[in-house]
Amino acid sequence: MAPGEKLPIAKAINSSLRKALENDPKVVVMGEDVGKLGGVFRVTDGLQKDFGEDRVIDTPLAESGIVGTAIGLALRGYRPVVEIQFDGFVFPAYDQIVTQLAKMHARALGKIKLPVVIRIPYAGGIGAVEHHSESPEALFAHVAGLKIVTPANSSDAYWMLQQAIECDDPVIFFEPKSRYWGKGEEVGRGIPAPLHRARVIREGTDLTIASYGPTVRTALQAADASAEEGRSVEVLDLRSISPIDFDTIQASVERTGRLVVVHEAPVFFGSGAEIAARITERCFYHLEAPVLRVGGFHAPYPPARVEEEYLPGLDRVLDGIDRAMAY
Amino acid sequence: MTVDSTARATTRRSGVKRTTKKTASNTETATAATSEGQSTGAGAAAKSTKSAGKTGGTARKTPAKKAPAKKATAKKAPAKKAAAKAPAGKKRAAAVPGEADRPEMVQLLTPEGQRVEHPDYAIDLGAEELRGLYRDMVLTRRFDAEATALQRQGELGLWPSLLGQEAAQIGSGRALRPDDYVFPTYREHGVAWCRGVDPTQLLGMFRGVNNGGWDPNGNNFHLYTIVIGSQALHATGYAMGIAKDGADSAVIAYFGDGATSQGDVAESFTFAAVYNAPVVFFCQNNQWAISEPTERQTRVPLYQRAQGYGFPGVRVDGNDVLAVLAVTRAAVERARTGEGPMLVEAFTYRMGAHTTSDDPTRYRSDDERESWEAKDPILRLRAYLEAEQLVDDAFLASIDEESDTMAKRVRESIRTMPDPPAMSMFDNIYADGHALVDEERAQYAAYAASFADTDEEGR
Ligand SMILES: Cc1ncc(C[n+]2csc(CCOP(=O)(O)OP(=O)(O)O)c2C)c(N)n1
Ligand SMILES: [Mg+2]
Repeated sequence: MAPGEKLPIAKAINSSLRKALENDPKVVVMGEDVGKLGGVFRVTDGLQKDFGEDRVIDTPLAESGIVGTAIGLALRGYRPVVEIQFDGFVFPAYDQIVTQLAKMHARALGKIKLPVVIRIPYAGGIGAVEHHSESPEALFAHVAGLKIVTPANSSDAYWMLQQAIECDDPVIFFEPKSRYWGKGEEVGRGIPAPLHRARVIREGTDLTIASYGPTVRTALQAADASAEEGRSVEVLDLRSISPIDFDTIQASVERTGRLVVVHEAPVFFGSGAEIAARITERCFYHLEAPVLRVGGFHAPYPPARVEEEYLPGLDRVLDGIDRAMAY
Repeated sequence: MTVDSTARATTRRSGVKRTTKKTASNTETATAATSEGQSTGAGAAAKSTKSAGKTGGTARKTPAKKAPAKKATAKKAPAKKAAAKAPAGKKRAAAVPGEADRPEMVQLLTPEGQRVEHPDYAIDLGAEELRGLYRDMVLTRRFDAEATALQRQGELGLWPSLLGQEAAQIGSGRALRPDDYVFPTYREHGVAWCRGVDPTQLLGMFRGVNNGGWDPNGNNFHLYTIVIGSQALHATGYAMGIAKDGADSAVIAYFGDGATSQGDVAESFTFAAVYNAPVVFFCQNNQWAISEPTERQTRVPLYQRAQGYGFPGVRVDGNDVLAVLAVTRAAVERARTGEGPMLVEAFTYRMGAHTTSDDPTRYRSDDERESWEAKDPILRLRAYLEAEQLVDDAFLASIDEESDTMAKRVRESIRTMPDPPAMSMFDNIYADGHALVDEERAQYAAYAASFADTDEEGR
């Protein structure tokens, strides 16, 4: 990849993996169908051909096995980057992630490091059958010892994956699958922002939308629509869910006085709830309205033909803005 | 909602109308081009060469003996030989082999349609039953081809084809009694057929109008399970319940070769063995788990796994409906009579793509497919039926006609299958209700009703 080349997110991640495999012989890529097939989304396309079966590994069909052996490889000095095929299939590995991966560094009093990256294509909007459209980030954010990030554009996808692989802690890297093959964006130029820093991607004065992953695009559309209605909406791309860059959110809310958090995951016990609580604490005297959330319902992810109604689309985000502005 | 919804514009500013949308075409591979190269045509059966049964010179025709299936001998079935990859039909020449050259794979009908015998598994079916198995397989294949076509036309979001696995599914499905219980994966359309599940019911979740869509207790056929391996434990637990009840029903758990790597499947073997649960583990080894060949999952033939858990395992020619029926009957009989679990590995082949989203040309050769085409489950039964003069042209024509009628009905019913109302996403989440669900349902109803262009669908 030439710096500045325009790539969709899937290809940016592919380039980033390629770079990591080139730079560090300890990096291994593993998962179901990541080798010859190049992954069901083609994110690892061509990597096995170029780096061999020892470094780009088709694993048996067992997620607990994938993460558990990645832990062992990390203990032996490797830097495994594992792929979970779809969000809904991470749960067989949940035990390894929560009881082992997250806690081992602390249990060894810091003597060992667990540089494991778990890539998970997540979120919906692709018309899939069940278990293929979920947003389980809060289930991991609740666990100390894990770092959780999610890029929303190709440049971030590229850099953030580099940073996640370099990180000595376990990182869960959520990839917005509905955006995988969007239009190409410039990749690999400039200096990457710190991994866990939120970014103001559009400035505004009346209200802040905090979004991440697949909802960033919706938030920008809502800001456009609001501008036509004479409202100035600021949009944040949080980029990191654990830790969350509360400073950037706070600074924004101190300017706008209103905050709407948008994510596809259910709002009940979701990341928006945490943001609302912290920002209320930090910005109480600046707030003109309660922090509102727009997201999934307390319902199983619905069948494809109703997912549009379930997802926080443009209309539901605008509704959230209306409600916040009405205070 | 805390704010009066009249404060807002009454039309959707996104400009998005509540129109019925077509399910997006992608799931397993969101964007990758899918291969159209695999013919899933139902016409394969019709292309049967009349002479198929006479071309296999090596097979010796033996008159069917009525040796009853010996229950306890199943343990002995695994051959002493280590050869894991004995291709189907290689050892068919021996009519009733002795212990020494006992074939690794149970076969009663060669790929050429010759009846052969096996020392442990016998079958003696009447003409009506044989024709029934043929009809089941042809109709199942036709339904499957129709569903594949409907996916191509945008009526389904995804379809996992069972092409090539008809004998494994019909043979095992027909070994069951109505009071037995089936736990399928997502590919058991042929088993569903045997259970009397209306084929159109299988399409709902692949169209995206529900996440399951039938009453499992209606036909003792549990919902399709997409998370690989989970259902093996459910089947085992159900079987434990049957044993506690003192009933003589059996349970059958379906799963694939890939699934055998999952912890859940290993755990189900442990539980079933420890509690001597009346469950048959029916593994369709179709040689592939998406792009990964069986060698990525195991270094021993899968049926041999059972031994380590303490119950018998048998490999059966999964493209031989008679052998599958005989072996599954024996396994189910063991379960009924308190002899505990058994693993049946049906050695078969996924003739089509993993799903309609998959492109198998990226990872396997056409040669492989062609070699399995020669072992087609429907052709071999047809060759046998024709050689024995158990079918005539009128019968075959009537099956074709029935296929056409069924396919037409499937097409028509899918095209008129309504999308669920948006509000249905709040239904059936809890059996006893939940305050938060009620609150979110009411909020969403008020929100949806606030749009000027709200139509029936939104309510
Ligand atoms: C827990 C889990 N991991 C991954 C997947 C994605 N997936 C769907 S089917 C499949 C392969 C299954 O292979 P096999 O068990 O052999 O069954 P087959 O599809 O061949 O019938 C995979 C990996 C899944 N559905 N569930
Ligand atoms: Mg398989």
